[in-house]
Amino acid sequence: MTAETSILEIDGVGVTFADLKALQDVSFDVAPGEKLALLGHNGAGKSTLFKCVLGFLKPAAGRITVAGDAPGSDHARRSVSYLPEQVAFPRMLTGIEIITYFARLKSVDPREALPLLDLVGLSQAGRRRVGDYSKGMRQRLGLAQALIGKPDLLLLDEPTSGLDPVSRREFYEIIDRVAQGGAAVLLSSHALTEVEGHVDRIAILSKGRMVADGTIKALAEAARLPITIRIKAREGQADALSDRFGGKRINGRSVELSCEPAGKVDLVGRLTERREEIDDIDIALPSLDDIYRFYSNRAETGDAA
Amino acid sequence: MSPFTKIGAVASIEFRVALRNRWLILATGVMTLFSLALTFSGAGGLELKAGILTLAAASLATLSVYLIPLIALLISYDSIAGEVERGTMALVLATPISRGALLTGKALGLIAVLAIAIAASLTISSAAAIFAYGMDMSGLAAIVRLGLTGLLLGAVFVAIGLMISVASPRAGQAAAVAIGVWLVATVLYDLALLAGILADKDGAFTKALFPYFVTANPGDAFRIFNLAGLENAAPVSGLDGIANTLPFSANYALAGLFAWLVAALAAGYFQIRRLTP
Repeated sequence: MTAETSILEIDGVGVTFADLKALQDVSFDVAPGEKLALLGHNGAGKSTLFKCVLGFLKPAAGRITVAGDAPGSDHARRSVSYLPEQVAFPRMLTGIEIITYFARLKSVDPREALPLLDLVGLSQAGRRRVGDYSKGMRQRLGLAQALIGKPDLLLLDEPTSGLDPVSRREFYEIIDRVAQGGAAVLLSSHALTEVEGHVDRIAILSKGRMVADGTIKALAEAARLPITIRIKAREGQADALSDRFGGKRINGRSVELSCEPAGKVDLVGRLTERREEIDDIDIALPSLDDIYRFYSNRAETGDAA
Repeated sequence: MSPFTKIGAVASIEFRVALRNRWLILATGVMTLFSLALTFSGAGGLELKAGILTLAAASLATLSVYLIPLIALLISYDSIAGEVERGTMALVLATPISRGALLTGKALGLIAVLAIAIAASLTISSAAAIFAYGMDMSGLAAIVRLGLTGLLLGAVFVAIGLMISVASPRAGQAAAVAIGVWLVATVLYDLALLAGILADKDGAFTKALFPYFVTANPGDAFRIFNLAGLENAAPVSGLDGIANTLPFSANYALAGLFAWLVAALAAGYFQIRRLTP
């Protein structure tokens, strides 16, 4: 990715609070139309990084450019829209008033912005006060606010936490449409399972360091996590299978084996040679949580690349 | 779209929030009650040859010094610290509005609340007095002057309240500081000046320093300017009696109020530029 094509460039950014290194040497780019998920535990530095991109915090080291400008500059703020975790609005105002207000702050005609309430499914609630909204409705209003004026970069801090599964799917459908229109999307999340299928790329932050950056498929392959094969033996055959293939005996009749992804076909082939001893076989690929845990733990044990 | 549109948007939202939080109705109600009470309690002194509204203006000038700053601080202390605490400020600061425009808009919205409260209360009490006792043209001019300078006094304390709100990490702390500032500015400062006069044996303090000290306080400056405008038509007492013998024009008191407004807004602007939501 070259400098001309990235809407957001983060290069060697470091932030220190007192004696805590909140971010260390974090670098990545986001291109127009790309959806990138930033994953990390609470305290991994996701919100701190967002605050740097918005210009609220000045990094002690490294450089960030938003649409070619410094974070917080007028041009950068015109290009970015932000949806904070736990979005809040003045409780006494209605949805329509909030959208009108933010449209004016963003120099957009409110008449162009108000249809966004329909897009997020709040057209019925537009005249009600935000204080009466549910958490999901506030989050939808936050998304509508973030979409005002067709931003080049959407910064969404844990946007789907607290949404029910249906709302979550609708949320990602809107994000997809916005990205197809050319906007870059950077969203943060706790869990890889949350963002699977919804983003093009993921970056994993752990204790302020970037420990992974790539597609889920590439990260899964690079992690080389073992595949688990569970064999249910026929009556009295468990010991024989265990002697031959090794592995772990469980539940009296089952044996659990694990193998490298590359050795999967070979192992299954050898198992089928003994099919008269085997009642059933289950193959479990490493889950997304396993992959996420692998990268997070690798940083904690100190061999981050 | 010009920056004025954004300032207008902030001012209008600030005004609506104050309206829905019942601040407007509360401020207007309290001020109307007090101005009615003072207007009609002053009516007993009508044999002093001063018109009813002139007497009312004198009493109101004394009371407004406490009431207007209190209401101004109450509506402004939460305006920024509260938004930071409730998490609504980060979204606003992420939009392309300058921090100066944000502060200006908030100040204008809150000053509009005060303007309505002051105008409504003075209109109601003056209309009632004119209806009961007849017209008093010079008194009416005094009431208009009182209203306009009262709004300036309110603007000064809105700016001070916003400055406190920007500088406070929590709304609760901003409230405590605002009450402290009100107590010092309206009560303790004058008490200290009185103590200075009483302890002043040869009159050096009273002659040389007191006029400047008293004019430097926004509340006292407001009162001096209004009472000087009444040209001794109404009875005055205490600090104001001494203040009537100022060695300079009372217009300097008005200039002092403007200086306070500019200084408080500048201090607020300096602080809000460094605000991290």
